[in-house]
Amino acid sequence: MYNSNRGRIIQIIIGVIFAFIILQLVSLQIFSSKYVLAANNNAIFRRIIYPDRGIIFDRKKRALLENTISYDLVVIPNEAKGVDTATLCAILKIDKEEYSKRMIEVIVKNSRVKLGIFEPFLSTEVYAQITENLYRFPGFSLSERSIRNYPYNTAAHVLGYVAEVDVKFLEKHEADGYEMGDYAGMTGLEKQYESVLMGQRGVKRFLRDNKGKIQGPFEKGQFDTIPIAGRNLYTSMDVEVQQLAEKLLQHKIGSAVAINPTTGSIIAMASSPGYNPNLLTGNQRRKTIGRLLTDTARPIYNRAIKGQYPPGSTFKPLGALIALDEGLITPSFGYNCFGLYTSCGDPRKCEHHNAGHAANLQLALANSCNSYFLQVFRLAIDNPKYHNAKLGYLKWKEYVNSFGLGRKLGIDLPSENRASIPDTAQYNKDFGGAKYWNSCFMLTLGIGQDRMTATPLQLANAMAFIANEGYYYTPHFVDSVEEEDDIDKEVLLKYRTKQAVTKIPKEYYDIIKEGMHGVTVFGTAAFIKVPGHEFCAKTGTAQNPHGKNHSMFVCFAPKDNPKIAVAVVVENAGFGATWAGPIAGLLMEKYLNDTLTKESKTKMDYLANVDLMPANIKEWYIRNNKTEMLTPLNYNNDELSEIWDMEMVSEQAPIQIKMDTLKKIDTFQKNTPPSSPIPPKQNNKESALTPIQKKKKVNSK
Amino acid sequence: MAETNNHNFSKGTDLAVILLYLIMVAVGVLCIFMVEYNPNLNWSNTFLTAKTNFSKQIYFSIFCAFIAIFILLLDSKVFTAFANLSYVAGILLMLATFVLGKNINGSKSWIPIAGGFNLQPAELCKIFTALFLAKFISKPETDFKKLKSHLIAGAAIALPAILSIMQHEMGLALVYSAFIFAMYREGLPPVILVVLLSFAILVIATLLLEPTVLAIILTVIAGLFIFSMIKKFKRNKSKILIVVAIWGVCFGTVRFAVPYIFNHVFECYQSTRIYSMVGKEYDCSQNKKSASSSGERHGKKPDDYNVKQSKIAIGSGGFWGRGFLKGTQTRGKYVPEQHTDFIFTSLGEAFGFVGTFIFLGLYLFFLFRLIRIAERQRSSFSRVYAYSVVGIFFFHIAVNISMTIGLFPVVGIPLPLISYGGSSLLTFTVLLFILLRLDADRQMVLR
Repeated sequence: MYNSNRGRIIQIIIGVIFAFIILQLVSLQIFSSKYVLAANNNAIFRRIIYPDRGIIFDRKKRALLENTISYDLVVIPNEAKGVDTATLCAILKIDKEEYSKRMIEVIVKNSRVKLGIFEPFLSTEVYAQITENLYRFPGFSLSERSIRNYPYNTAAHVLGYVAEVDVKFLEKHEADGYEMGDYAGMTGLEKQYESVLMGQRGVKRFLRDNKGKIQGPFEKGQFDTIPIAGRNLYTSMDVEVQQLAEKLLQHKIGSAVAINPTTGSIIAMASSPGYNPNLLTGNQRRKTIGRLLTDTARPIYNRAIKGQYPPGSTFKPLGALIALDEGLITPSFGYNCFGLYTSCGDPRKCEHHNAGHAANLQLALANSCNSYFLQVFRLAIDNPKYHNAKLGYLKWKEYVNSFGLGRKLGIDLPSENRASIPDTAQYNKDFGGAKYWNSCFMLTLGIGQDRMTATPLQLANAMAFIANEGYYYTPHFVDSVEEEDDIDKEVLLKYRTKQAVTKIPKEYYDIIKEGMHGVTVFGTAAFIKVPGHEFCAKTGTAQNPHGKNHSMFVCFAPKDNPKIAVAVVVENAGFGATWAGPIAGLLMEKYLNDTLTKESKTKMDYLANVDLMPANIKEWYIRNNKTEMLTPLNYNNDELSEIWDMEMVSEQAPIQIKMDTLKKIDTFQKNTPPSSPIPPKQNNKESALTPIQKKKKVNSK
Repeated sequence: MAETNNHNFSKGTDLAVILLYLIMVAVGVLCIFMVEYNPNLNWSNTFLTAKTNFSKQIYFSIFCAFIAIFILLLDSKVFTAFANLSYVAGILLMLATFVLGKNINGSKSWIPIAGGFNLQPAELCKIFTALFLAKFISKPETDFKKLKSHLIAGAAIALPAILSIMQHEMGLALVYSAFIFAMYREGLPPVILVVLLSFAILVIATLLLEPTVLAIILTVIAGLFIFSMIKKFKRNKSKILIVVAIWGVCFGTVRFAVPYIFNHVFECYQSTRIYSMVGKEYDCSQNKKSASSSGERHGKKPDDYNVKQSKIAIGSGGFWGRGFLKGTQTRGKYVPEQHTDFIFTSLGEAFGFVGTFIFLGLYLFFLFRLIRIAERQRSSFSRVYAYSVVGIFFFHIAVNISMTIGLFPVVGIPLPLISYGGSSLLTFTVLLFILLRLDADRQMVLR
């Protein structure tokens, strides 16, 4: 037929074009995986179902914190048409400008067709008013969420708080599957045990159309996961002791820690000033957090694990223990103290003048004789066994570290401070080399001063160590986790093994205990009693660069078979026996007897109302017109002052001491230390070095 | 009477094509159902009240079946007799739309008729043009080897095409280029195909390359051509002039014609679509046309949104597809116009490569079957008409599928027999069944 081969050509053209189409289909449907992802991104909407967080219980299974439901007012901007804005604004106490501002915020954050939060955490009355009038607000609805609630209003520092995660947090925890808008523990136990408490989030997948409307579950929900509730934590805390500690520390700056020495479990940990943890949940959070952060008394700061205090005389039992174990003294070792310690030239004052108050170790402990323990310290440093002061010091430091001072104990709270037992390197730097110093240079370490600092937790733990006669369990809150798995067991293992098992013989502990018992019978704390129990204690009055002495008290009870070890610090309050002592006594009484006697209750009321706030803090409050900054525990802080930085304790103290030491160097040549391991020759070099030291002094000025 | 009718009806009718037609229409209804499916609707209820597109499409197909039977009962001579008349009527109808026309989706090509239905004369005009072309070429006095005949045929095709452009129906206008198949089969010199192809390449190159670069390339090609054929040209110097003239035309196209078309003939959105095909952005501020007649398509999603979503839908189908009624793109209504121009996406998403491959195979078999039918005609009227049908079907299929998979700019033309729409279904049914009627009388010589 005419031109019939052209039919063939047309067929070929058609075939070629179909081949092109099929090639493109191959590339789209077989070799590109991105389209499936793009389709899923388009159409599958993931909604996270949050499980209830785990609950934290005290030793009597009372919930220290639990979950409650709060409601958010949410809105789909596109559907919010014909809203009775006047009524809504009246209920929320906002004006129309704020209304449109918030609407724009919601649109910017979540687009017009998705639910966005208009007002979070409605109060009960607002919630009631809105439910009543909800029909007037098309597009608005209420969405519930679980928030934390603290039924006892206590232990804020220990429990910590949860907050919405920020970008930084997300970067840090990339592998843990957090998403914007999630809540996570930010401090305290909430942070430490986040992985246990958070549980496992569930995911529901929905099909969503091109306008963002939900069409129904995706694939009948077969890919959905169910949320698994967070697991509970069981602690040995005692709510009543905790509340008592917080009450007693009212109107004071300070901290109290009580540990059960037989397990290392913490019974109570208070830091003052504190705050009501309920104020950091729900809608009060925004205004509370700002107030807490700007408060000069730093109520958010957990002084129990971060405050660094010179231990003062509370260190003395430990110093004696070292000397006993090294064989430098015997229990009958006495020191003839006349109220001054003069062996190092610069005379050191002692509080006592009566002869024989340091006739033996027990008496010296009971009477807290400074001269005695300065001498004991020098004996330890200048121990002939170790040839020179540096090695002697290192041995001494090793002992002190093994008692749990100057290092992180590993408590199950974040950001514990190690405080400070100074290293020889620091003294080498201060004095121009290892050869140029001896026990006289850091003499007051022997009575817990100089560069030595410790946290209240470390002090309490040291008491547990003495109470246990040579070991302690790492202090911790959580004894067990609900449905413990292998990971939890591994985490908790370190709290279940004995630490610092030293070879110091039992009889030395007995002597120390006797001495500390003496403190409570005829010594510095003789007037403090725990009804029905004999107990051991040591008072401390620590000098510090910030003002009045810190009042310190460490103790454990009962004397035999101890069940509680306590450390109390009241900043700038004066004698240890006056303030910290009675507080510790009441805590022990409450824990051991479960109740307080009538007299004790009177004492409690008195102590709770004593205002020992440093004057500078009061001034700050007045100067900054922050009289409304009443802390939740109702401090009478109306007249409170100047930024007082806790960390300055460690930063400033060395400088102060450096000055003292430089003065000491000038007078050094006149005196020779007893049994000095340093050859006298070096004294010349020392004097040759003095001009340089002086120069430094000038420079530093 | 009934018996003879029955006899006439079945005798010689190509059953394979009818079967394919039925399968296609059924697939179409299925696809529309997939697009509309929503688990919360009561289907039987909506079917009876004809409120859903898929049920409407079923009613349309029933109506089309009656029309098809009616056509098969007609005498073949009717078509030759009324070919010229129908063409004139079609053109008049198209002109009438300018007066009676109704604006649907920015196109002014619809005439409202009774019962809420609308008629699109440009759609029907394809049939009339096919008949007219067949009539013209099959006339004994027409010698289709002559340029004059080519020009007459070309003008007859171009007239409705130009009217379509004036009605803002770019897609429909392009369909008229499908008659090139029939004309080629009847003797259009292949050179014209080559020239058209070269022109297409030149236009694409204009879009892709910088004008200066392209001008240099063209000049270099012309120079090389002259240099390599220098001996031939020495003998016949006029041939140099031809080369130079071709170079001049190409240069003019690149420099003036293409920019003119994009800036003055096409609407802004059309230029943008074409530019986006080659991965470039079109600057609408250059467009003079949109400046005068803007506002019609404003407030729409960006132009590449359709293609993007369409590609996602087809691509996410993968090899085996997401399964019947399980396509998330379809269920979420992410692809605009999915029940009409983008119906192929629902198929691609639900049944994957396997589905689209089988589907394309069916279409290819269908087209080859039509070519076979065309080649077995004794009368050239039937053959020309058959090739016109092949061309129209092929053009629709190729362009529609290509645009859903991103091989061609988006022009609104439906997928034959599949896309939702009574007008479109009716046109293709009539086109096809006239062919089947003619084929049944293939032994007859029609004039």
